Amino acid sequence: MKKTVVALAIMGFGLSAAQAQEMVVKLGSVAPLTGTISHLGKDNENGAKLAVEDANAKGITIGGKKVKFELMGEDDQADPRTGTTVAQRLVDASVKGVIGHLNSGTTIPASRIYNQAGVPMISPSATNPTLTRQGYKGVFRTIANDVQQGGVLGKFIAGPLAAKTVAIIDDRTSYGQGLADETEKAVKAAGGKIVAREFTNDKATDFNAILTKIRGAKPDVIFFGGMDAQAGPMLRQLKQLGVDTKFVTGDGGCSPEMIKLAGEAIGENAYCSMAGLPLEKMPGGTEFRNRYKARFNMDVQIYSPYAYDAAMAMIKAMQAANSVEPAKYLPELKKSNFQGVTGTVAFDDIGDIKDGAVTMYQFKGGSWAAM
Amino acid sequence: MEIFLQQLVNGLVVGSVYALVALGYTMVYGILGLINFAHGDLVMVGALTALQTMMFLMGVAPGMSPVAMLTLSLLVAIPVCMLLGFTMERLAYRRLRNAPRLAPLITAIGVSFLLQTLAMIIWGRNYHTFPQLISTTPVQPIEGVFVTPIQITIVIASAIIMAALILLVTKTKLGRAMRATAENHRVAALMGVDTNMIIALTFVIGAALAAIAGVMYASNYGIAHYGMGFMPGLKAFTAAVLGGIGNLGGAMLGGVVLGLVESFGAGYIEQMTFGFLNSSYQDIFAFIILGLVLIFKPTGLLGERVSDRA
Amino acid sequence: MNELALAVPWLGKRNPQAARWLVIALAIGAPLIAMAFGRTWVRVLDFALLYILLALGLNLVVGFAGLLDLGYIAFYAVGAYTFAFLSSPHFDVHLPIWVVLPLAAGFAATAGIMLGFPVLRLRGDYLAIVTLGFGEIVRIFMNNLNYPVNITNGPQGINALDPIILFGWDLSRNIQVTEEVSINSLFLYYYFFLACVAGSIMFIQRLQISRVGRAWAAMRDDELAAKAIGINTRNMKLLAFSLGATFGGLSGALFGSFQGFVSPESFSLMESIAVLTMVVFGGMGNVAGAIVGALILSALPEILRHLAVPVQQALFGHVLLDPEVLRMLLLSLAMILMMLLRPAGLIPANAKYSHIRHLKSKGVAQ
Repeated sequence: MKKTVVALAIMGFGLSAAQAQEMVVKLGSVAPLTGTISHLGKDNENGAKLAVEDANAKGITIGGKKVKFELMGEDDQADPRTGTTVAQRLVDASVKGVIGHLNSGTTIPASRIYNQAGVPMISPSATNPTLTRQGYKGVFRTIANDVQQGGVLGKFIAGPLAAKTVAIIDDRTSYGQGLADETEKAVKAAGGKIVAREFTNDKATDFNAILTKIRGAKPDVIFFGGMDAQAGPMLRQLKQLGVDTKFVTGDGGCSPEMIKLAGEAIGENAYCSMAGLPLEKMPGGTEFRNRYKARFNMDVQIYSPYAYDAAMAMIKAMQAANSVEPAKYLPELKKSNFQGVTGTVAFDDIGDIKDGAVTMYQFKGGSWAAM
Repeated sequence: MEIFLQQLVNGLVVGSVYALVALGYTMVYGILGLINFAHGDLVMVGALTALQTMMFLMGVAPGMSPVAMLTLSLLVAIPVCMLLGFTMERLAYRRLRNAPRLAPLITAIGVSFLLQTLAMIIWGRNYHTFPQLISTTPVQPIEGVFVTPIQITIVIASAIIMAALILLVTKTKLGRAMRATAENHRVAALMGVDTNMIIALTFVIGAALAAIAGVMYASNYGIAHYGMGFMPGLKAFTAAVLGGIGNLGGAMLGGVVLGLVESFGAGYIEQMTFGFLNSSYQDIFAFIILGLVLIFKPTGLLGERVSDRA
Repeated sequence: MNELALAVPWLGKRNPQAARWLVIALAIGAPLIAMAFGRTWVRVLDFALLYILLALGLNLVVGFAGLLDLGYIAFYAVGAYTFAFLSSPHFDVHLPIWVVLPLAAGFAATAGIMLGFPVLRLRGDYLAIVTLGFGEIVRIFMNNLNYPVNITNGPQGINALDPIILFGWDLSRNIQVTEEVSINSLFLYYYFFLACVAGSIMFIQRLQISRVGRAWAAMRDDELAAKAIGINTRNMKLLAFSLGATFGGLSGALFGSFQGFVSPESFSLMESIAVLTMVVFGGMGNVAGAIVGALILSALPEILRHLAVPVQQALFGHVLLDPEVLRMLLLSLAMILMMLLRPAGLIPANAKYSHIRHLKSKGVAQ
C-alpha cells in the first residue's frame, strides 16, 4: 500500500516543484458538523480555518519551501464510532496534525488512532481529564480540563457563595458525572459538606422526586453537572417545589438556551462556569471577534478562539522545527510558549494547557454576566 | 413528613400523566392485541402541534386569554393526532392484521421512529419552551407541601377522561361494538359490527387522548421536543400492563401506582439499600415492575389473563 | 453453504456453485477493493463484519425461533465489557484472547439464559417489551456500577482495551513487509473478523438443518403444535436465547478490542433497533439475508455522508437533512415498507424451513 502512496507523493512532489517550490501541508479539523451541536462544531472548524488562512497570508517558509496550509474538515457527528472512522480518514489523507475533536467521548477513542499513526492532535474543547492521561505523546488541548473547572467550581461554591452544605446532581453522562465528581472533591477539600448526591439522566424531564429529597436535606447550594436541556426544566421544578437555593452548573448549562428553557424560574441565584475567559477578557478577544465576524459572517460561539490557538500552536511548532513532519515538530509543540488569542499557550508534560482559565458567570438582567 | 407528602404529590402527578397515556395504549391493545409503539410519539406530536398553534396565535392575537389559547391549540392538536392515528391504522396496521405476529410489531416500531424523525425534521432537535398557560405558581394546601394549579388540572383531567371512557365503553352502542370486537372480531363482524370502522375509531380515540396527554405533559414541565414521547410511552405501557391490559380503570390505577413507585423509589432507595443503590436507577423501576407483573401476575391488578394471547 | 449463494440472487438461482465462489472471492477481496477508495472504507468493512455477527445472532432468535428480542444489544454490551474487564488496565488484568473470547461468549450466553428463563411464557408483544426493558436495565447498570464499588467505571467507560493478539502477533500493528510495503492493521482485523464470521456461518447453517433448527421452525410456526409433537419448547427457547446471545457477546468482545474503548452510550436502544432492522431488511430466518442486511445498513451512514451532503449542497445550496437524520428516516421507512411490501425481506429465506414462504406455498392466509 505504501508504495502507491510513495509513488503518488513523488508525482505530487514533481508537480509542486514546478509551482515555485510551494509545499501543501494538510491539517485536519474534526467536529460534529451535523446534529444537535453542529453550530459548535462549525465554530471550531472556523477557528482553525482562520488560523490557517492567517498563516497562509503571512507566507511561511519551512525547510526552504514556501508552505501552503490546507484545512481538511471532517464531521464526527459527536458519535464515538463515527469519530474513529473519520479519524482514520484524516490519517489516510496524511494530515500532519489534527485540531479536534469537540466532545471528550469522541476524542478519546479517536486519539488512539492518531497516536498509532503518529499524528499530533490538539483538542480545543474536550475537557475530560482521561484524554491526556492515556500516555499518548501527541495529544494536547488548549482548554482547561474538568479537574481544573471542577476545582474552580468547588472553590467558588465554598468561597464566594459561602456554602457549608451542598447537594450535587449529575446526569450520568461522561461529561456530567466527570464534572460533578471533580466539583464534589473540590467542595470537600474546601471544607464544604455534601448533604445529597442525586442522579438523573440526559433524557429526563421530571426531577421532582430527587429535588424533593434534596429539599429535605436543606443545602445552601445545589450543583448540577449536565446540559442546559435538563438544567432549565430543573430550575422550573425547583421553583414549583418552593426552593430558591443558589443553583450552580458547569459550562453545559452556561448557554442562552438554558435561560430560555428555565423561563421565569431563572434568577440571580443561578450561576455557571465556563472553561476559558470570556471573549472580551481574552488578550486578543475583541480583535478576534471582529475578524471572525467579518470572515464568516457569524458570531463566535464558544471554542473557536481555542481552535485558532490550537492550529497556531501547530504551525508555530512546524516553523520552529523547520519541518512539517510530526516526528520532527512534536518536540517543538511540547515546548510551545506564545501569546495566543486566549492567553499564553503552553502545555504541561502530559499535554494539558498550563494555567487553563475558568470563568464564573451569574444570571443578571436577562443574560449570563461574567463575575 | 412533608417530604413524604410532597413525594406523594409528585408521584400522583407523574402517575396521572402515565395513566392518561396508558388509557390510549390499553384501548388499542384491548381491541387489537397490538402494542402501538407509536402511541408515545403521538403524545409528542400532540404537544408540538399545540406549541406550533400557540406560537401562531401569539403572533396574530397577542392579547388572547390563556384559556382560549389553550382550548384553541387543543382543538388543533387533537384532530391532527386523530388524523395521524387514523392514517397509521389505515396504511400500516390494517394491512397486517392477518400477517405473522411479528410483522405489525416491527411496523409499529418503525412508525414510532418515523414519527420521531419527521418531528426532528419539522421542529428541530432542540428542546422548545412550552408556554405554561395554566399557572405553575405553587400553593401550599399543607405547610411544606407544594402543589401547582397545572398539577391539579392534570390529576382531575385524567380522572374525568377515564370516567368518560368507561361510560363510553360500557353504556353506549359504540362501546358494546368495541367490546364485541375485542372479544372476537370475526364473530363481531358476523353479528353485523363494522369491525374495521370500530378498530379505526379506537385508534382515533386513543390518538385524541394522546394529544391531550401531550399538552398536559408539556404544560407541566414547560418543555417539548421530538423525543419526549418515547420514554413516557414505554412507562405508560408498563402502567397499562400493571393495571391489567384492556382494562380502563386498571390503566389509571397502574399509572398512579407506577408514578408513586418511581417517586418514592427515587426518594427513598438510598436509605432502603443502605447507600448501595441510588436515584440513578429511577428508570429501571418501571421495567422491573413490568417483568415481575408479566411473570407472576400476567393478569395485572385488575385485568384478565392475556399474556400469551398475542 | 447453499444459502450463501442467495446473497447474489440473480446468479444464485441459476448457478449456486459459481455464486458461492463469487461470494467467497468478494469476501476475501473486499478490503482490497475498499482500499482503492481509502482506508476508511476498510474500517467501515471491519465494523460491517461485527454487525454481520450481531445480525446472525439476532436472526437465530427472531428469524429462526420467532422470538422478538428488542434488547439484543445488551449481549453485545456484556461481551464488550467482559473483554474490557479481562483485557485492559482497568483491573490490570490482561488475559489472552483465547481465554477472553470464550468467556465473553459464555457470559453473554449466561445472560441470554437469565433473560430467557423469566420470559419463557411470554410471547409476541410482551416478549418484545420485556426484552427491551432488559436491554435498558443492562445499560443502566453499566452506566451506574461505578458506585459503591467501581466495576464498570460508569459513564466514563473503559479505555485502552488490549488489541487482539494471536500467538504473539498484535493485530493492531501494521506488518512491515519490506521497507516500503506494509500491511495495515485494518486488514489484519478484517481477516480475523472474517474468519469469525465464516466460522459462525458454517455453524449456523449446520444448526439450521439440524434437529434444533427444525424444532425452532416448528415452534415459530405453531408453538402448540410443536409442543404436541413432543418438542421441548422451553429448552428450545432457552437455547435460542443463549445461542443468539453468544454471537452478540463474541461480536461485542471483538468490538471492544477493535475500538479500544467501551462506554455505555454504544449500547443504546437505538442500536438494538438498528440490528433488528438489518435482520428484517435482509430477510428474517436466513443467513444470506442477515449478511446482506447488515452489510448494507452498516455502511449506510458512511455512504450517506458521501452522497447526501454533496448532493443536497448541489441541489439546495445547503444541507437540508443531516446524514444522521436521513439514516433514521431510511431505517424507519425500511422497517415499515419491508413489512408491508416484502415481509420476507430483501433475500427471502429458502423455502424449506421458512415461515412465510412455507405458508404461501400452502396457500394459508395467515
